[in-house]
Amino acid sequence: MKIHEYQAKTILAEFGVPVPRGRVATTASAAGGIAQELGGTVVVKAQIHAGGRGKGGGVKLARSAQEAEQAASQILGMMLKTHQTGPEGQLVKRVLVEEGMAIRQELYLGIVIDRKAGLPVIMASSAGGMEIEEVARTRPEAIVKAHVDPATGVRGYHTRKLGYGLGLKGDLLKAAGEFVTKLYRAFEAKDCSLAEINPLVITGDGRLLALDAKMSFDDNALARHPDIQALRDLDEESPLEVEASQYNLNYIKLDGTVGCMVNGAGLAMATMDIIKLAGGEPANFLDVGGGASAEQIENAFRILISDTNVRAVFINIFGGILRCDRLAEGVIKAVRALGVRLPIVIRMEGTNVELGQRMLRESGLNFITAQGMKDGAEQAVRAA
Amino acid sequence: MSILVDKRTRAGVTPGKGGILHEGIPVFDTVADAVAKEGANTALVFVPPAFAADAVLEAADAGVRLIVCITEGIPTLDMVRVARVLQGKDTRLIGPNCPGIISPGKAKVGIMPGHIHSPGRIGVVSRSGTLTYEAVGQLTARGIGQSTCVGIGGDPIVGTSFVDALRLFQADPETDAILMIGEIGGTAEEDAAAFVKAHVSKPVIGFICGQTAPPGRRMGHAGAIISGGTGTAAEKMAAMRKAGITVVKSPAEMGQAVARVLPSPPARPGVTRGKVSAGAGESPRRATPPTSHGGARRQGRSTAKSRPR
Repeated sequence: MKIHEYQAKTILAEFGVPVPRGRVATTASAAGGIAQELGGTVVVKAQIHAGGRGKGGGVKLARSAQEAEQAASQILGMMLKTHQTGPEGQLVKRVLVEEGMAIRQELYLGIVIDRKAGLPVIMASSAGGMEIEEVARTRPEAIVKAHVDPATGVRGYHTRKLGYGLGLKGDLLKAAGEFVTKLYRAFEAKDCSLAEINPLVITGDGRLLALDAKMSFDDNALARHPDIQALRDLDEESPLEVEASQYNLNYIKLDGTVGCMVNGAGLAMATMDIIKLAGGEPANFLDVGGGASAEQIENAFRILISDTNVRAVFINIFGGILRCDRLAEGVIKAVRALGVRLPIVIRMEGTNVELGQRMLRESGLNFITAQGMKDGAEQAVRAA
Repeated sequence: MSILVDKRTRAGVTPGKGGILHEGIPVFDTVADAVAKEGANTALVFVPPAFAADAVLEAADAGVRLIVCITEGIPTLDMVRVARVLQGKDTRLIGPNCPGIISPGKAKVGIMPGHIHSPGRIGVVSRSGTLTYEAVGQLTARGIGQSTCVGIGGDPIVGTSFVDALRLFQADPETDAILMIGEIGGTAEEDAAAFVKAHVSKPVIGFICGQTAPPGRRMGHAGAIISGGTGTAAEKMAAMRKAGITVVKSPAEMGQAVARVLPSPPARPGVTRGKVSAGAGESPRRATPPTSHGGARRQGRSTAKSRPR
């Protein structure tokens, strides 16, 4: 789960990570008021989940409260387009108003899980402000890494390695050690999948400060963090995906015309792939999971066909725990209840397949049955 | 609840239910009790996500040698700690978020539908559950049996990697060829490709799902995400091809591709292997001559100590 910059900075501040003074505003006049309080030059920053906000015109410098109010009125309500938002952009509903400051140097600091090592890894780089993936591609030697064993947590030798790697000395080295330690504590305590400070700046007066902050969280750990769950911003998600998540369905909307319903994430991805190979485009990813009830199947079906781009549906089920008869029951109920007119291609295999197929045949509904997933994909693409 | 298996299911473990019989199987409060009283050496964990890491650690602490964890949704940092504790221990963890492991006709520790499998000489290793069933279904339909099928799980941190499974299959005298099914996210497939190039002489056939997955989105599995432009299917397929693995683009061609690398049809009267139509799909990049199998067998490093046999 992703959160906004202002939310991440609030969490980091709780862990003692130094962040600029500032507050979030939803109106231009409130933004002006915050600028007045802060005094001097301020920065007005659009709060959307996507990165690249500055280039898209979502970050403005203001020298007075009036300028801040004006900047906020331009940013609030805009459809901010960045390389991460897609062509339609994302509506800006909030701005963060922060103190401006003189910057001596920009650095990078981030923590992620290194899947290969099976450990969290802290990464630091003197190439602040650049995307770390870009640095990894072009100047991998500019990245210093320290893996952290959960048994010890972050220790002095980790922070010294990172600090010296950044070329820091004296008080700044010590400050960097504290900064890294506090950031790691936040990462661990909140079950983050990413905690990234980019840029981490050395100010004109020699302090370290998190100028920007990005945090995302392990969805599997959200159950033990109600405070983080409360930060979810549904405006940042597709409405159909929000609805699907309420029924514990894994649904991701895509741009094609062949809707698909599959059990299991791997088979669902493979089904999208084979639709593409058959000359079509998948309209979505949908994994109904192993323990799906007939009701869940019905809900899944409803969400699937509420995407108006969908011209045909391909149901691809290899029954294991999910029995084919239960799947058939759900589909039949959904098609009757919703009066679906779209062509529906069904491929079933595995547990209770004969019973499931008989139920489909005897339903009197006009299902197209497929032999194997290639045949199913081809029939669905032809029908779309 | 965990169930301990020793060929047959011998014991169940559910705290607070110790002393009862469930469908004739004794239930214990702790794994240590079950190990002491029933001598179980394998644990199958179905415990809900919040408590699953604890259950795995408990089984390892009780001296269980093979732990198969089915549970999906375990917090990643819990698995970081589990993986760290298991490092250097004589316990193999398979999963989490996996269907388990089966050697058809011999043993099954998992939730896969047993009837789609058939005994034979192909090793199957996969990050996915139902996509593995699909692959096995294709093999069985062609009369190609499996030595062992292992689902290693769809999470970012798993107990057994592709490399671990490939090493075991290479050393297994009952396995002639390996079907490896990967997916987007992470670099486990790239690591596997490097291992295959250096250490695997048996033919390897591969498929990667998620070729059409958008970047930055988690595709169901916690580990299936293209982040920062890395972990794409294209990169993985290229790395695998470069290592000499026969990579198919279509999930419908997994069984066919395996059939093509086999030296001769398995002698199973009454079962046809199905026609291999020319021109459909990709031709295998490496048609390994039969002699290499003998070579692999002669190498015979036996590292398959924790296989559920």
